Amino acid sequence: MTQPPDQTAPSRLALAHVSKSFPGVKANQDISLSVRPGEIHALLGENGAGKSTLVKIIYGVQRADEGQISFDGRPVEIASPKAARKLGIGMVFQHFSLFDGMTVLENIALGLDESVPAEELKARIKAILDSYSLPLDPDREVHTLSVGERQRIEIVRCLLQKPKLLIMDEPTSVLTPQEVERLFETLRQIAREGCSILYISHKLHEIKALCEAATILRAGRVVATCDPRTETTQHMAELMIGAELKHLQRPTSSKQGAARLSVERLDMPGEPPFGTSLKGISFSAHAGEILGIAGVAGNGQAELLLALSGEHLAGRADAIQLDGRPIGLADAGARRAAGLACVPEERNGHAAVPDFSLAENVVLTARHRLPLAPSGLIRQGPVERYAGEVIARFDVRTTGPAALAGSLSGGNLQKFIMGREIGQRPDVLVVAQPTWGVDAGAAAAIRQALVDLAAQGSAIVVISQDLDELLELSDRLCVINEGRLSPARPVAGLKLEEIGLLMGGVHGESHQAESAHA
Amino acid sequence: MLEWRRRREPSKTMLYLSPLIAIGLTMLTGMLVFGAIGFDGLRAVTAIFITPLIEPQRWADLGVKAAPLIMIALGLAIGFRANVWNIGAEGQYVMGAIAGTGVALLTHDMTGWWILPAMALAGILGGAAWAALPALLKVRLQVSEILTSLMLTYVAVQFLYYLVRGPWKDPDGFNFPQTKMFSGSQTLPAVAEGSLVHFGVPLAILLALIAWFVMSKTVAGYAVRVVGRAPAAARHGGFDASRVTWATLLAGGGLAGLAGLFEAAGPFGQLTPQFPVGYGFTAIIVAFLGRLSPPGIVFGALVLAVTYVGGEIAQSTVRLPSAATGMFQALLLFFLLATDVLVRYRLAWKARPARSAP
Amino acid sequence: MTAAILVSIFMTLAAAATPILLAALGELVTEKAGVLNLGVEGMMLCGAVAGFAVTYSTGSVPLGLLAATLAGVAAAMIFALLTLGLGSNQVATGLALTIFGIGASSLIGAGFVGRTITRLGPLFPADYAAHPWLRLVFGHDAIVYLSLALVLAVSLFLRRTKAGLILRAVGENADSAHAIGYRVLAIRTAATAFGGALAGLGGAYFSLALTPMWADRLTAGRGWIALALVVFAAWKPGRLLAGAYLFGAVATFELQAKAAGWSFIAPEVLAMTPYLATIVVLTMMSLGGRTGGRDAPACLGKPFPAS
Repeated sequence: MTQPPDQTAPSRLALAHVSKSFPGVKANQDISLSVRPGEIHALLGENGAGKSTLVKIIYGVQRADEGQISFDGRPVEIASPKAARKLGIGMVFQHFSLFDGMTVLENIALGLDESVPAEELKARIKAILDSYSLPLDPDREVHTLSVGERQRIEIVRCLLQKPKLLIMDEPTSVLTPQEVERLFETLRQIAREGCSILYISHKLHEIKALCEAATILRAGRVVATCDPRTETTQHMAELMIGAELKHLQRPTSSKQGAARLSVERLDMPGEPPFGTSLKGISFSAHAGEILGIAGVAGNGQAELLLALSGEHLAGRADAIQLDGRPIGLADAGARRAAGLACVPEERNGHAAVPDFSLAENVVLTARHRLPLAPSGLIRQGPVERYAGEVIARFDVRTTGPAALAGSLSGGNLQKFIMGREIGQRPDVLVVAQPTWGVDAGAAAAIRQALVDLAAQGSAIVVISQDLDELLELSDRLCVINEGRLSPARPVAGLKLEEIGLLMGGVHGESHQAESAHA
Repeated sequence: MLEWRRRREPSKTMLYLSPLIAIGLTMLTGMLVFGAIGFDGLRAVTAIFITPLIEPQRWADLGVKAAPLIMIALGLAIGFRANVWNIGAEGQYVMGAIAGTGVALLTHDMTGWWILPAMALAGILGGAAWAALPALLKVRLQVSEILTSLMLTYVAVQFLYYLVRGPWKDPDGFNFPQTKMFSGSQTLPAVAEGSLVHFGVPLAILLALIAWFVMSKTVAGYAVRVVGRAPAAARHGGFDASRVTWATLLAGGGLAGLAGLFEAAGPFGQLTPQFPVGYGFTAIIVAFLGRLSPPGIVFGALVLAVTYVGGEIAQSTVRLPSAATGMFQALLLFFLLATDVLVRYRLAWKARPARSAP
Repeated sequence: MTAAILVSIFMTLAAAATPILLAALGELVTEKAGVLNLGVEGMMLCGAVAGFAVTYSTGSVPLGLLAATLAGVAAAMIFALLTLGLGSNQVATGLALTIFGIGASSLIGAGFVGRTITRLGPLFPADYAAHPWLRLVFGHDAIVYLSLALVLAVSLFLRRTKAGLILRAVGENADSAHAIGYRVLAIRTAATAFGGALAGLGGAYFSLALTPMWADRLTAGRGWIALALVVFAAWKPGRLLAGAYLFGAVATFELQAKAAGWSFIAPEVLAMTPYLATIVVLTMMSLGGRTGGRDAPACLGKPFPAS
């Protein structure tokens, strides 16, 4: 357990009335908060609440328009990450700031402000790895490491500077439950040694388990400060979202229909240089069912989606079957025409073209099933009508079909993309990370739309790293790990710990995880 | 202080206005630079940019110079849209002319309406064939089309030299390195009796119309645009990037080849070592000046044709060196790329800085 | 006397390789920082004409080389201003720079066509290189030695120094480098300037060492070949050295064949060989599975911040 923080010492970090605007957005307004020495302080808020902007200001990546920052009681100006590090602020980024083609050692050297000879640096790294019992090989290239190991690089990089404040931006979104527990132990040890931690998250049970204080942000403002150990999750969630939580409306009778999508022993080599190979993937999704596929990022999810959508072709026609018809050799257009729709994780540049209008984005994937471009000529009228329908039905906030896709917020664009596919009444819908980076209102609408589509007899496959979401949505769940898929299990009665072990346990000690499999 | 602010959506106004701003800045800079090195800057700029437009007797020449630029730039722009950087149009232009001239030399003693179309077809095929090698290497082996298409330009020019100095040299040409003059059935007819303007000029406009229709109204044009803007999205939508690479390079090569044949069968009337005049490179400027859109390219080709005709005028009136035209064209492209920033950003007064610590 | 002939062939080869080696080495550093500057040919021409003009006016070759280097940097700074400052497309801007270099060199050089200067001579006194074999070691001009030293220096810089590590990091992942606090645009500008300096110097080697006379478009596409060489070398300075001397061999073959008056190969066909060889080499690299994809800096040609 953590020591009670020293009440008399000045705040390690204090923000007073900090504001920051971007064109069209007030990201932070009048934000004040304070973090005591040795305290683990949560910065809580949903996507788009302004957490990332705020920590970028604290770490000197961005400048505040207004307001004042104090560190250890003295007012400071943090002009750059270098200045932040000089003060004793370290940061572990959500999307790690690592260089895939370089070694762990090189990556750590890049994060240090002074030049240290390689041998000495190695020794210092080893000392830190030992004192926190973290396994990591300094000579490995980053792209060969698991996500958990990559995170350790960032943590070691910070710890080498003996920080007084460590900022962790959404650190658990890519970890298995076991790795999360392990990370928490490390963080508690760091805090015990006197370093403050600013912990950014939207996962309430984690904050309850780890943090001693929490500042809750909504729409760029502080809405509450509380002690998460005594506050209820329900209340914190409502503060964060600003409304009462809506619960998913599920049909009462969920009887399973015939298999609509069947995948049998699908193998596919990973794309060089850093892709994951799919090995003997088999599963089936039935009419009326939502099948969840869990797993830590980078274990073949992206490759699986490309294999199902037809962007990468399987070697055999019967590796993928739609309503019993082999489609493994059909290309993306033919699969969509046959009734298999896919929504990839990346919205900008994959599911949609940011510099095309919404109407033009309709042509991208809806021209096979709807008469939008018979005989190769694009029919402007029907295209705009369909775009308008999607906008109206899925409550997409935009100026109309002529708006550029890139001008929409993440949540609105995701609603548009989901609407574009669902409006075509696909027999099977495969979707990756359906609510990634989407605000709570849009996320609820998207989940409801998936449940409704399944209720109409389609089969749905949801590939996600968000276990909470999968447990809420899915009828059955399987786990992908290093390109292999576990058998599907009914969600009812499934334990979190079992899923965690299937996800690979704690990476970097793979032999342990493997023995756990056996 | 002023600072750049990102616009939420690209500005339509600036999209059309920035080429005009670039032209203005080019004229201004040209005036200052040539003034500084001892020429009459104002007269030089007037001669280059204004005189060709206000003297009607120059208009025919403008059309003749704009036509090949339009044709080549159309093909290049389609490729650039798809992120296919064919910069060897000059070579494809030369090979088109060589292939067409081959037909002309074979049919030298014949007459008939079919000869010119056969030459044109040979021109298209010659240019397309010269673009097919970069396409093959790009699609099969991921070799950069930028380097291969450009290297092939040097090869094509040497091949031209070889032909006109060797096997294709006119035996009655006093040992000058040039082919026979084309016959009447092999020469591009003028649009009107006695006019310099040949049939290629209206055809170039027609081709621009067709290109505009294909690019903006058809799934094929959509495929080209989406492959260039977002390759992953294109694949997701079922478009095949390799086919687009092939199609755009063959179209670009074919159009450049046709332009080359028209130039050979029009203004030149034969092949000589002076045949490669750099239209293939100037067309790159035209494509950007026209914002890669066919109507814009017609405008852009006209502007560049003005600089060619005006450059000749300036040579005689203010004794500006002929290389000055190339300088003006390069400056224009620089300013065009620079003013592009106005489409995505706007200038604004800098907001109050953060309250500084005492 | 075969030894003397062989030595003289090698001397030609080294001279032919040097300008391409310099230009390619500069471009390698630029590309390692994630900037694709296709304007090498243009920068070389700027260097060539500036070097010739200054040497012709002052009579001093070192001053000419200095001017050429500065001219290359100036041209590279136009590119940096447009692509790094205003975020314009790197491919288009590189082409523009080449068109500009051709125009500017042709305009400035118009007054110098046919004029001659005294060429850059060997660095060491003639008696060091009296023996043919010693000529191989002591017979070159200063730029040849400089180019070899630079290959070593760049190689050590990229692999052994913190600054080199930072430069590679910026080319590998500009967003991460920015997040840690490196000034991506400043580092890229510096790398672009270095590329310009070496391209300018390489260009001047044509006008001050290879020929004593100014001629239009003197570099004849060597800047493009230098770009190809960087791909061939898989962004490694050592391989670049080998590639440049290989190219030098092709160019020497062309010269020797012309000098020997081989009538069974047309001179135009010989003139095609460097360009055809470049295509063949690029193709063979790909066939051998050593495509640019894997070795190229991951952020090569991508704008920062992403647009």
